[in-house]
Amino acid sequence: MSLKAFHIVFILATFALAAFLAVWFFQEYARTQLNSHLVGAWSAVGSGLLILVYGRFFLKKLKSIRYL
Amino acid sequence: MEIPYTVKERKDTGLYNAKLGIWLFLASEVMLFGALFSAYILLRVGATPGTWPHGLLNVPLGTLNTIVLIISSVTVVMAWASLKMKQFGKWRMYQGATLVCALIFLVIKSFEYNDKLTHYEVISKVGDKYQVHDGHLISEDKDKVVLEPSAHRIYTSRAIALGFGPVAEVAHGKADHDPKAHADHAPAKHELVTIQRSTIERMQNYAPKHHAYLAIYFTLTGLHALHVIGGALVMGYLFGPGAKMWKTDPERFTNRIEVSGLFWHFVDLVWIFLFPILYLL
Repeated sequence: MSLKAFHIVFILATFALAAFLAVWFFQEYARTQLNSHLVGAWSAVGSGLLILVYGRFFLKKLKSIRYL
Repeated sequence: MEIPYTVKERKDTGLYNAKLGIWLFLASEVMLFGALFSAYILLRVGATPGTWPHGLLNVPLGTLNTIVLIISSVTVVMAWASLKMKQFGKWRMYQGATLVCALIFLVIKSFEYNDKLTHYEVISKVGDKYQVHDGHLISEDKDKVVLEPSAHRIYTSRAIALGFGPVAEVAHGKADHDPKAHADHAPAKHELVTIQRSTIERMQNYAPKHHAYLAIYFTLTGLHALHVIGGALVMGYLFGPGAKMWKTDPERFTNRIEVSGLFWHFVDLVWIFLFPILYLL
């Protein structure tokens, strides 16, 4: 597996972390009603979307490099 | 004698030697970290219900460190891609950025460690009565110790044996954390506590020996930090004296950058798992 393929695995793991963080922050907000948790939750959602955009950019940029 | 397959791929594996080597090494690393993750899970599920510490770690700092490592993974892959596109100048910029990220990560981690190592539990005895104080050390001299009480604490087995701590709270139905108490990570503003040294029976900081949680926390994060240091040293060498190879054997140099990048991605991936397990769950 090349660095390109491993980076795609990494992007997927990072996206999963962002999704988990969003759920965690929303749960904390439901428990504590603290605005900082709500900000954290929406930031995690934003980060998740940003990771998807980056993933698309990465695949385009490294089109010519092979996966193995 | 020339070393074979440093650039060309072997027919049997389809990989050049260094890439095969790093993947074998990473497989052994998976076993190492896998064993420690398993130890953490077993310690946690084996703990008395309600007694496993929560909210002890600084989530904003942990999140910041996670972001720093994610950025470093992007720069490390961009560094490799730059060399693939024969852009040595861009490689230097991305490789330098990766090294800066590694340094930032280690500095933040050292602040977190310092926070734990200056956090004390003090057991004092006045007459027949024991008291357990917990907080960050503000000052100490030969007569007294001054602590700033902390919102989050872990009792030692000695304090629990004296009837303090979460086991007693479980028995009295107080173990469920008050949401307000854990609502924000910043400790509540308390008045400083002064303890006379002559009354102190035991004083212990939040080092690994304090509690199983801290032992596994320091083991996992310490081992991870050692990997960050190791990776940074290799990348630092490639950034400095090792970069000469670009002029003599650019393809082999590019492969070296790829191999160091694979290791760095593994280190970052370990953190992606460590962060939620230690800081959030």
